[in-house]
Amino acid sequence: MTVLLAIVMAATLAVLAWVLVYVAAQGLKYLNLAFLTQTPPGNPAQPGGGFANGIVGSLIIVGLATLMSVPTGVTAAVAIVEYGGRFAAATSFVTDVLVGIPSIVTGAFVYALWVTTFGFSGLAGSIALALVMLPLIIRTTAEMLRLVPVALREASAALGVSRARTIVSVVLPSAMAGITTGVMLAVARAMGETAPLLLTALGNDLFMETNPTQRMSTLSLQIFGNAVTGFQAAQGRAWAGALTLILIVLVLTIAARLIGRRVAAARS
Amino acid sequence: MTAPVTTPAAATGAGQLRRRRGYGDRMFRAAVFAAAGIVLLVLLGTGLFLAKEAWPALRHYGPLSFITSDRWAPSNATATGTHPNPYGILQFVYGTVLTSLIGMVIAVPVAVAVALFITDVAPSWLRRPLSYLVDLLAAIPSVVYGFWGIFALIPALYPIANFLISTLGNVPGIGIVFAGPFFGVSYFTAGIVLSIMVLPIVTAICREVFATAPADEKEAALALGTTRWEMLRMAVLPRSRSGITGAAILGLGRAIGETIAVTMVIGNSVLAISTSIFAQGATMASVIANEFTEATEPFHLPSLFVVAFWLLIISLIVNAAGKLVVRRARSDIA
Amino acid sequence: MYSTWAAAYDKATGVAVAYASIGSGGGIAQIQAGTVNFGQSDTGMTPTDLAAAKDGPILQIPLMLGAVVPAYNLPGIASGLKFTGNVLGEIYAGKIKTWNDSALKSLNPGVALPSEPIAVVHRSDGSGTTGIWTDYLTKESPTWVSALGGASKSAAQTVAWPVGIGGKGNEGVSAAVSQTKNSLGYVTADYAIAQHITYGQVQNKSGNFIEPCVPSLIPAVDGVTFPPSLNTSLTDGSNPDVYPITGTTYALIYQHQTSKATAASLINFFAWVLTQGQDMTAKLTYAPLGGALQKLSFAQLKKITVNGQALAK
Repeated sequence: MTVLLAIVMAATLAVLAWVLVYVAAQGLKYLNLAFLTQTPPGNPAQPGGGFANGIVGSLIIVGLATLMSVPTGVTAAVAIVEYGGRFAAATSFVTDVLVGIPSIVTGAFVYALWVTTFGFSGLAGSIALALVMLPLIIRTTAEMLRLVPVALREASAALGVSRARTIVSVVLPSAMAGITTGVMLAVARAMGETAPLLLTALGNDLFMETNPTQRMSTLSLQIFGNAVTGFQAAQGRAWAGALTLILIVLVLTIAARLIGRRVAAARS
Repeated sequence: MTAPVTTPAAATGAGQLRRRRGYGDRMFRAAVFAAAGIVLLVLLGTGLFLAKEAWPALRHYGPLSFITSDRWAPSNATATGTHPNPYGILQFVYGTVLTSLIGMVIAVPVAVAVALFITDVAPSWLRRPLSYLVDLLAAIPSVVYGFWGIFALIPALYPIANFLISTLGNVPGIGIVFAGPFFGVSYFTAGIVLSIMVLPIVTAICREVFATAPADEKEAALALGTTRWEMLRMAVLPRSRSGITGAAILGLGRAIGETIAVTMVIGNSVLAISTSIFAQGATMASVIANEFTEATEPFHLPSLFVVAFWLLIISLIVNAAGKLVVRRARSDIA
Repeated sequence: MYSTWAAAYDKATGVAVAYASIGSGGGIAQIQAGTVNFGQSDTGMTPTDLAAAKDGPILQIPLMLGAVVPAYNLPGIASGLKFTGNVLGEIYAGKIKTWNDSALKSLNPGVALPSEPIAVVHRSDGSGTTGIWTDYLTKESPTWVSALGGASKSAAQTVAWPVGIGGKGNEGVSAAVSQTKNSLGYVTADYAIAQHITYGQVQNKSGNFIEPCVPSLIPAVDGVTFPPSLNTSLTDGSNPDVYPITGTTYALIYQHQTSKATAASLINFFAWVLTQGQDMTAKLTYAPLGGALQKLSFAQLKKITVNGQALAK
């Protein structure tokens, strides 16, 4: 029977390998420097060109989303862990609930909130991604803050340092590595999101757009748009894009794990 | 060591920490609670704004008609007609339930097996690498799963689907559920992709649950001469039942909301419910993604917001239920 | 086609024109809302659509003639399979379910049609291509009309498809057809050719089976009286050599522009399209408008005013 368990385990790993190897095999055929630096050709049937506009768009939109969600998230986590009370408990509960909201629903919310007034834009996409990242960052930050020894806080208070200073200068820095891990994982998640961006940033497959008040493309949107066409050339670009996206996400995820392990090791 | 002391608070006896409320502290406290407030506002705002956008359609057709109408046909909508409601959403609920069910039927047993293997069968040095690898499945973006699904998975599914159609498809009664023809894109394909996507989260929770089974019970069973599997069956699985259930419910919550991978492999047929799992269909999430930016018919966009609103409610309920069950299982087991 | 025009125009004049490929439904919606300078549609705007336009009357300017073709994926079978309007209607209504149905077999006697079910593919977004296709099916197939519940519901840019897989855009339909064995879908001719998809011939009103190619599109305007809006159906033409599923692509522009620069660029671009641009159409299996329709299009262009004043050219 344990043999059966081992077989199932092997099958699961085989599926993981299947996905990664297939994407790598297809993507390597089309991934080159031109792909990373050029925009798509005007005619989708034409080979060549690349997803430079999507890559730049992803960096801008996810970057803005990170800027919006990290300060808010860390501060909210501080509220939950350092200040406690019923309000904070409610926040913790709501955060857990927000983690489970489908990202397309978040996209619809941001459409209703922002796009109906200001139009489709990279900024709307950033807001949607920030809302997706926020609960993740709060959760991991809260976990990390809880790991900081109480003794540290008490020592700081005994020295007469104010609550605020304690948190900012003592608690947060010691939790910083763990918080960074959480942020990196949230960024990896945001890079891979497509659904909320369909309703907010809308996408722009044609040319490079760096102004976040206009509609922008991201790597994920460009992969989606090009994957569902029948043009071989466009699909080839989509495979190269998929490989690029997986590499970015894997690098972020694995790096976050490595940092996280070092934090855990240092703590014990 | 002397630290600069500026308030009388420090003059109180040792062991008494009085909270100082200086100006900086007050501002900081306000900022902290403002951030917490934003979180609460986001949840409330989501519900309110979705309801607000859905309202025109709800008022025009009446809320109940969305569930009693049997078809989604935006082209039949007119600015003034109210009956029948051309925006029946039942087939999307059906599609969501069906694809998630197929996903869970596959993912839960596999997750239990993998979690058991990792916690109790594999040598301890393999535990972390195996867990990381399974978690990697969760890191792969949805659009990549969809893309892989079309080109790698579907060709591999054809023989399986045709086999099921030729055997189960002819059984009286359940035959209509397994009726052909199979064109690649279908509820079935979406269900398989979902099972791969939710596997990591169900496995992770099961792993946690199995790891907290008391070691002495396990050792006692082994000392009595049981095989490894018998030990697992007697000492680990029975007490983990509610934990596994909770994991399954949380996985279901994740499957319900999955959008892009599903929309790429489900066929996007929106008219009415198709009974066979090999037919094309749509889910609540996939129809929103597909039709949102081109919803130009009268009441089309508000009706999509009706779908979004119900998707929000359903996922909130499922996720809350899952969390509750897991929390109770955690306190039961240890 | 727009991307070819945009690229050539950019090369000729240095002016960049950005075009996003969304269905005509979206194109109409965006021009109604005024979020784009010009929209494009393969079917004209209905009076209700026109009434909903935010910034006043919209000019519909035909730019070229195009064919909608029945594209299929049948291993071993080449282009040229014969269809009639009624057979296509019955397939899309779900009445004809397999490729070796007697109706298809009698139209194609020498061809070894498989006994496999037909994987029908249609558009999931609002589309002028759908408008042309369903307009033709409505004229030729009573089965189609009754399956959709009447002629008012069976010919439009979006319809309630009884069967089939939904693809987004011409790209999505052609992708679904290439990826699904034994499938049948409808796309504009340029997509079928660009993606090397086999497509069939359709029987026209005179009884001839016509292959969709540039010479067979040009007679579609014969004998057609164009209303002042220039919005009319071109399917099922009476010429014996015409391909029956033909339509024209319209540019949608607000008649009353507010910016002189925008108006000038629009007029210059479309004047170029109506003259030099016409010579580029054949390469993508679109046909030029022909003298009469070209004159009518120019007349529409001349109606553009800026703040009340006409920009004559």
